[in-house]
Amino acid sequence: MSGFTSILLTCLVFFIIYQIAKASELAGILRGEEKTKQQTNRLMAWLLVAFFLLGLYGIYECHVYLMDMMLPVSASEHGVQYDKMFNLTLIVTGIVFFITQALLFWFAFRYQSTEKRTSFFFPHNNKLELIWTTLPAIAMTILVVIGLKNWTHMTSDAPKDAEVVEIVGKQFNWIIRYAGEDGILGKKDFRNINDVDNVLGQNWDDKHNLDDIVLQNGELHLVKGKPVKLIIGSRDVIHDVGLPHFRLKMDAVPGIITTLWFTPQYTTEEMKEISGNPDFVYEISCDQMCGSGHYSMRGTVIVHTQEEYDEWLKGQTSYYAMNNQEAAPAADEQEGQEETDSDNTVTMK
Amino acid sequence: MSDVTIQGPNVAHKHDQEVHGDHHDHDHHKQHFITKYIFSQDHKIIGKQFLITGIIWAVIGALMSVFFRLQLGFPDETFPIMERFLGEWAKGGKLSPEFYYALVTMHGTILVFFVLTAGLSGTFANLLIPLQIGARDMASPFMNMLSYWFFFLASIVMFISLFVQTGPASGGWTTYPPLSALKEASIGSGIGMDLWLASMALFVVSSLLGGLNYISTILNMRTKGMTMTRMPLTIWALLFTAVLGVLSFPVLLSGFVLLIFDRNFGTSFYLSEIFIQGKALPNIGGSAILYQHLFWFLGHPEVYIIMLPGMGMASEILSTHSRKPIFGYFAMIISLIAITVLAFLVWAHHMFVTGMSPFLGSIFVLLTLLIAVPSAVKVFNWLTTIWRGNIRFTVPMMFALGFVSLFISGGLTGIFLGNSALDIHLHDTYFVVAHFHIVMGVSAFFGMFAGIYHWFPKMYGRYMNNTLGFIHFFLTFAGAYLIFWPMHYEGVAGMPRRYYDYSAWESFSQFSDLNSFISIAVIIVFFAQLLFVVNFFVSIFRGRRCLTKNPWDSPTLEWTTPINPGHGNWEGDIPEVHRWAYDYKDDGNGNDFIPQTVPLKDGEEAH
Repeated sequence: MSGFTSILLTCLVFFIIYQIAKASELAGILRGEEKTKQQTNRLMAWLLVAFFLLGLYGIYECHVYLMDMMLPVSASEHGVQYDKMFNLTLIVTGIVFFITQALLFWFAFRYQSTEKRTSFFFPHNNKLELIWTTLPAIAMTILVVIGLKNWTHMTSDAPKDAEVVEIVGKQFNWIIRYAGEDGILGKKDFRNINDVDNVLGQNWDDKHNLDDIVLQNGELHLVKGKPVKLIIGSRDVIHDVGLPHFRLKMDAVPGIITTLWFTPQYTTEEMKEISGNPDFVYEISCDQMCGSGHYSMRGTVIVHTQEEYDEWLKGQTSYYAMNNQEAAPAADEQEGQEETDSDNTVTMK
Repeated sequence: MSDVTIQGPNVAHKHDQEVHGDHHDHDHHKQHFITKYIFSQDHKIIGKQFLITGIIWAVIGALMSVFFRLQLGFPDETFPIMERFLGEWAKGGKLSPEFYYALVTMHGTILVFFVLTAGLSGTFANLLIPLQIGARDMASPFMNMLSYWFFFLASIVMFISLFVQTGPASGGWTTYPPLSALKEASIGSGIGMDLWLASMALFVVSSLLGGLNYISTILNMRTKGMTMTRMPLTIWALLFTAVLGVLSFPVLLSGFVLLIFDRNFGTSFYLSEIFIQGKALPNIGGSAILYQHLFWFLGHPEVYIIMLPGMGMASEILSTHSRKPIFGYFAMIISLIAITVLAFLVWAHHMFVTGMSPFLGSIFVLLTLLIAVPSAVKVFNWLTTIWRGNIRFTVPMMFALGFVSLFISGGLTGIFLGNSALDIHLHDTYFVVAHFHIVMGVSAFFGMFAGIYHWFPKMYGRYMNNTLGFIHFFLTFAGAYLIFWPMHYEGVAGMPRRYYDYSAWESFSQFSDLNSFISIAVIIVFFAQLLFVVNFFVSIFRGRRCLTKNPWDSPTLEWTTPINPGHGNWEGDIPEVHRWAYDYKDDGNGNDFIPQTVPLKDGEEAH
C-alpha cells in the first residue's frame, strides 16, 4: 500500500512541476513572446559558458582527487612503453578535446541570436575541408605507427630463456602450473579432469607431468628481471587474465591456448615501497564476464628475487607426489604398482 | 494505364476517394480506433508506437541501472525498496550477484537494441523519411506495420524473460558462449537465455522489415525534384543506418542460430574441451571465438546504427537553429559513406585480447583508427555550421550542442581503445564503459532528445514545455559528465567492468567513495529523465498548441504539411522540390530561409 501511495505522490509531484513550468512559460508569453525569447537566449548562452568553465574546473578537481589512486609505475618492461604511448595519446587527444570543446562553447556564446545579427551563408569551402581531413589522417598515422610498433613487440615470441608457466581459469579461481625440474609441462586432456586429484586433467602416462607443480591458491610466483611466458587456458567458460600492474591482459578460452609474455621489473616488496602501500599486492583480475562469481575471481602475482624464488620453489612438492602421499596407504600401494607397470612398459619398449 | 486502380496511401488523394468508395465505411477520416492507432499503417503512427515503446523500455532499462548502481555504490547497505521491486532477487534489500549480472545484461540489451535501435531509428526513420522526401507513406506500409509488431513481440518475450524463475539472461549483453551456451555455467543461461535468443531473433526480423522499407522508400519514393543531393542529412543518415542494419543483422541471427543449436541440439559450434559442474562435456572442435566474430560483425555496425540517426538529426537541428546551412553538405555525405563502409571492417577491435593473430589485430587497428578521420570531419563541419550563425537556443538546439560535445569526448577515447597496444590494458575496464556510454549511450540519446523536442510539434501539434526541457538538458548534460568522466580514471587504474563488488580487491577498493558519488549522480539523472517522460506525455495532451505550420522556420518538406497531418501527409498534391534542404538565406521578404518548395529565382545558383 505504501508503495502505491509513494508512486501516486511522485506522479503528483511531477504533475505539479509540469504545471508550474507551464505557468511560467505562459507568463513569459504574456510579457511578450519576442522579449522572453531573447531573454532565454541570453540566459542559455551564459549558462553554456558557465557550464564550460565549471566543467574545466571539475576536470581539474577530479584529476587532483583521483591521481593518488592510480596505478603505480608499471611493473613490467612492456608497461613502460605502454605508459609512454598512453601519455602521448592523452596529449594528442587532450589538445583536440580542449580546442574543439572550447570552440563549440565559444561559438555558441559568441553567435547567439540577437536582433541585429544575420547569419553568414557559408555552405562549404574545399580548402578548409581538405585541411581538416588531412590533419586527423596524419595524427592517426602517427598513433597507428607507434601503436603497431609496441603491439608487435608485445605480441612477439617470448625470449628463449623465458620461464613457462601455465595459468588456467575455472569458475571462479585460477590454477597455476609450473613445469618442475624437467622444465616441460606435461600433456593434459580435459577428460581426465577431476576435482579431487587431477584439477587440470594431466595425463599421468606422460612423465613430464610427474614433477609438475600445481597451485590452486591462485598464486603466480615470478622472478624479477626474468621473462615469463604464460600459457593460458580455461576449463569451462571464457575468462581473462588481467594484470593491471603489468599493463597486460589476455583471454582464457576453453579449447584454445593463448599466450602472453612479459618481464617483471619490481619485486612485490619493492613495489610496496614504490607505491607507499604496505599492503600492496599484484592482483590478477578476471576481466571477462564468467558467471555469478566473476567479481571474486582473484589471483595474485608474487614477484621474488631469484634467491627468494629458489627458496620458495624448494618448499613445493609436485602435484603427483602430493596426491600420492595424501592417499590412503592401500591406494598408495596400488598407485605404486601402477607406476611400476608403466615403468616396465617403458623398459620393454 | 489510366484505368488501373492504384491502392494505398501513396497515391494522391483524388485516387484515394475512388478507392475508398469500394471500402464503404473505411474512410480515412473515420477510421476505426484499432486501425488508426493500433494496427495502423500510417508511418507517423508507427513512428510514435516505436517511440512510446522505446520510452517505456528506456525507463525500465534506466531503473535497472539505478538498482545495480545502488549495489556498486553502496555494497554494504541494504535498500528495502529493491526488495519491493525485485522480490526474491533482492532479499533483505540486497541484490544477489546472479541478479546483478542479469540486470547488467538486460540494461545493455534493452538500451542498445530496444531503445537506441528500435526506439531511435524506428521512430525517426518512420516519422521523417516520408515527410522529408515527400512521400505519402512508406514503400510498404503493411510491412512497416509488421516491423513494429515484430518489435512488440520481441519486447513481450524479453519482458516475460524478466519473470522466469531462473531469471533473465545474465551473461552480458554480448552473451558470449560457453557462458551463455551452458545451463551449468550460470543460472541465467537457462530458460532466460532461450527467451533472450527468441526475442532477439524476432527483433532481427523487425529490424530487417523496417530497414528494407526505409531503403526502398528513400530510393524510390522521393517527390518530384527531390534528387538524392537535395535530401536533408537526416535522410542520408537514416539511409545508411538502414543499410548497416540490413547487411549486418542477418549475420547476428546466424550467430544466434548456431548458439541455439549448441544449447539445444548438441552441436559444438562454439564449444570445445569443457569441464563443468564435475563432468567433461562431449563437445570438441568448436570455437568460442567464432561467436565473437559473428556477434561483432553486427555489434560494431550496431554502434553506427545507433550513432548515425543522431548525427543526421544533429546536423539538421544545428543548421536550423543556427539559421545557417550545414557546412560541407557533400563532405557530410561522404563521411557518412566512409563511416558506413569502415563500420563493416573494424569488428575485431573488440577482440584484440582473445588470442587472435596479432597480425590480424594490426590490420584492424589501422582500419579502426581510419574511422576517426570521417568522424573528425563531421565534428569540424558541425563547429563551422554554428560559426557566425544566428543561434537560437531552443531546447532541441541545446541537445544538439550537447550531442556534439559528448560525441567529441566519447570519440576521442575511442582512439585509445582502437589502438591494440593501448587496448591490451584498457580492454574490459571502466574505461570502455565510460567510452561507449558517452559516445553511443548519452550522445546518441542527446541526438534522440534533440529530435524529439524538435519534431514534437510535427508529431502532436503541440510543443513540449521549454522550461522543463532546459532543466532536463542541464541535469542530463552535467550528470552524464559527472557519471562517466571519473570512470575513465577507474579504467586506467585497471578496474574491470561487470564486477558485483570491489571491496575485496586491494587494487580497486580505493574507488569506493567515487563509486558512491557516481551512483548518487545516476539517481539524480534518472529522476531528470522522468521529468522528460512526464513532459512528453503531459505535453501530448496539454502542451502549448503549435499554431503555425513551420514553428522553427525550417526549409524542409515536413513543415509544409498541415499542423496535424492525416494519413497521406499532404492534403493536395505532394509539393515539388526545387532546391536543397539548407537554403538559409534572405528570401527577399524578410525571412531568413527559403523553403525547398520555392523555385529558384532568376539568376540564382543552385547548390
